[in-house]
Amino acid sequence: MSVLIAALVVIPVAMLAASILTPRSDVWSQQWATRLPGEIVDTALLLAGVGVCSTLLGTGLAWLVSAYRFPGVRVFGWMLILPLAMPSYILGFLTLATLGPTGPVQDQWRSWFGTDAWFPDIESIWGATIAFTLVLYPYTYLLARAALRDQAGGAYFAARILGAGPTEAARRVVLPLVRPAIAAGAAVVMMETLTDFATVQYFGVDTVSVGVFRIWRGTYDRDAAAEIATVVLAFALVAIAIERIARGRARFGQSGGEGAGLERRVLTGWRAVAASVACGAVVVAAFAGPVLQLVVWAVREQTSDRGTPLVDSFPEYLSNSVQLMVITVVVCLVAAVVVANAQRFGSRRLTGVAARAAAIGYAVPGPVVGMGVILAVVGADELLEAIGLDLPGAVATGSLVVLVYAYVVRFLAPGLGAVESGLGQVSEEMTASARSLGASSIGTIRRVHLPLSKASLLSAAILVGVDALKELPIVLLLRPFGFETLPVWVYNLASESRYEQAALPALSIILVALIPVALLSRRLERPG
Amino acid sequence: MTPRIDRRHARRLALPILAVGGIALAGCGGDDDVLRVYSGRHYGIEAAFEQFTEETGIEVEFLTGNDAELRERIAAEGDETKADAYITVDAGNLAAAAEEGLFQPIESEVLSSAIPAELSDPDGLWYGLTVRARTIVYNPDEIAVDDLPTSYEELADPEWNDRVCMRNASNVYQQSLVASLIEHHGYDGALEIVEGWAANADIMGNDVLILEAVNDGLCEVGVTNHYYLAREYDENPDFDVELIWANQDDRGTHVNVSGGGITTHSSHPEDALVFLEWLATDGQQVLIGGNHEFPANPDVPPDEVLVERFGVDFVRDPLQASVFGALNPDAVRLMDEAGYG
Repeated sequence: MSVLIAALVVIPVAMLAASILTPRSDVWSQQWATRLPGEIVDTALLLAGVGVCSTLLGTGLAWLVSAYRFPGVRVFGWMLILPLAMPSYILGFLTLATLGPTGPVQDQWRSWFGTDAWFPDIESIWGATIAFTLVLYPYTYLLARAALRDQAGGAYFAARILGAGPTEAARRVVLPLVRPAIAAGAAVVMMETLTDFATVQYFGVDTVSVGVFRIWRGTYDRDAAAEIATVVLAFALVAIAIERIARGRARFGQSGGEGAGLERRVLTGWRAVAASVACGAVVVAAFAGPVLQLVVWAVREQTSDRGTPLVDSFPEYLSNSVQLMVITVVVCLVAAVVVANAQRFGSRRLTGVAARAAAIGYAVPGPVVGMGVILAVVGADELLEAIGLDLPGAVATGSLVVLVYAYVVRFLAPGLGAVESGLGQVSEEMTASARSLGASSIGTIRRVHLPLSKASLLSAAILVGVDALKELPIVLLLRPFGFETLPVWVYNLASESRYEQAALPALSIILVALIPVALLSRRLERPG
Repeated sequence: MTPRIDRRHARRLALPILAVGGIALAGCGGDDDVLRVYSGRHYGIEAAFEQFTEETGIEVEFLTGNDAELRERIAAEGDETKADAYITVDAGNLAAAAEEGLFQPIESEVLSSAIPAELSDPDGLWYGLTVRARTIVYNPDEIAVDDLPTSYEELADPEWNDRVCMRNASNVYQQSLVASLIEHHGYDGALEIVEGWAANADIMGNDVLILEAVNDGLCEVGVTNHYYLAREYDENPDFDVELIWANQDDRGTHVNVSGGGITTHSSHPEDALVFLEWLATDGQQVLIGGNHEFPANPDVPPDEVLVERFGVDFVRDPLQASVFGALNPDAVRLMDEAGYG
């Protein structure tokens, strides 16, 4: 079963990768001689920057709100997840619109210090690094918090009782315990950055993904683009390898029961103020500020005479987006649970490979996944016709099945990562005990594994759901006629540079994404 | 190795599968008398389609998306495609669709008399519907009219170092402009010009940013599509940017089209033809909507902002849209080679 799922995920990617078998040296040599080396350097710098910054910020904040008490800690605990609801393409244009050369901040700056006054160049790798970090740190934050909550409490307590100071206990006991979760979070963050091709363009950063799209759309040469896309895949493999190494041989299982979370220390004085200010600054920069700007734009557009186009269709777009999100979450979670658990019961080598293979789609930019799925589905259709099974429309592109299929190809990985890190907390001995007491593998999953990794499962659901809600290129490419979603609405306006008119639909995406995020934060806040 | 699935679990698994399947079938359905359009044009098309249905009684369903990807989708769908017509911005996309055999030839007296030959495919595979000019914009407070560059070529001169804002290489409009340079100057000649641009220009992510940068005095001149500037006037009549039509002393200003054709595997080619003919005539105004493009049909008057602020009697580069469309891939390679961002 897990091998089948992995195969289904790999096929569309493989169909595109197949073009490598007939390499076209002219494209390679031309790209090597011109843009590619620079793109590789920029990609590496951006990935490293975003990976490190998101990990430090996400893990640091998770530790802060899990291990300490300070004013507002409960509120910050869930507010820090909110940026998850913010699509990077929206935060990207907001960052540029406010901090960029033509934005109000620099306007003011120039009016104070003159037209030639120095201001950091926002349209640069570091500008992009900041924007990506602000939208992506919640992934590490979320996974680190779940791990801290589920498993670090007892160990930390034990370490303290045995005489370790708080820092030492955190470093020597807690950090190794949550390392797999942090590594999984960092991998997700790097994949998201790697496959982005829209946000980076706002910042004028030339990544390999941008190169792939420039070649694909500009020279109409899909094969050439697919060849350059192998460089993207190579980066993805490096990111996966880093995750594997960071995770190391860490295999920690709880002996039983749900984790009680960390005993929180009370911060006082300036430390408490600093903690509150730090959390507040991140919430404002990554969420409250951008949302406020969107609200201002949306109100201005709604009250102007031209208004925001397509407002009437809002309920329909909303229900389409939500439907798609729910179905994707259900399918991805079922698949992730099957694939992750198969490693406990099946041939380790085979299922392990299957699990890694099933995650490959996340390393591929959305439009490439979309094209691969079209090719795979058309291929399947022809195959069925050839054996006399004509199913008109059922396998043709533009059906929701195909759309959901593509979403699963793309989003299985974050779900799988979270489910696996949750399962990592269930010791092998518990699985073995359940089996030796006569439970079937499904029974073991249902009655032992799932209850013990509930928080991670919920994280998986939210990660996949929010990703699916925000996803744009796949839905643009594969959706059936008349199936419009909220991001499509944003895209239609933003692609014509009508950013202010896109504010209202952008806000609505954020509002919808807030629902799962709120569910998650309630779960995280509830005492163990 | 497969875990045994008992009946109760089978039922649980069946639910999501049924849900997906059910919705899928709902998504596949559809009325077969409906004209289906893939559109890489987004703004205001609903209004155009509604009015078309009102006037002709032909129902239209449409799917918006990225131009290049919609084209790939039509190609991949082959004879299964539901698209009857493909409308998109930029001659490059239209030329590529024609090249891939996605369009069927159109024989229509209405279209060939409504749309000038240079805005259409010579074999009648597609027709231009609206025209957008890519030209030079400037800030009158920063630069005197006499000092303005008059051509795209001039912007490659070192005298414009750090004074000009231009669009990134990933953008189709910029690609088309470079493609037209290749046709006029040959590859090497165009390369020299684009290298000059690369050395001089501050390269930006979209045309609106360029206009705002010119307005703020960050660059003295820029190169953008004309209708973005007209839109800025809609918002703010005092917007401090003007345009001049480029290359008036020689071949004229580079113009691109948005246009469309009938797909090779269309199930409703007659309706699709009625649709294109309508867009090229009665539907011109509503298709352009508030977007300030020029109508491709010379009998349809351009909107007031264009007449009053820009002047509409300018020399347009007569280069066939299909010619620079076909040169688009070369333009992308050339910009890579020139180190143009």
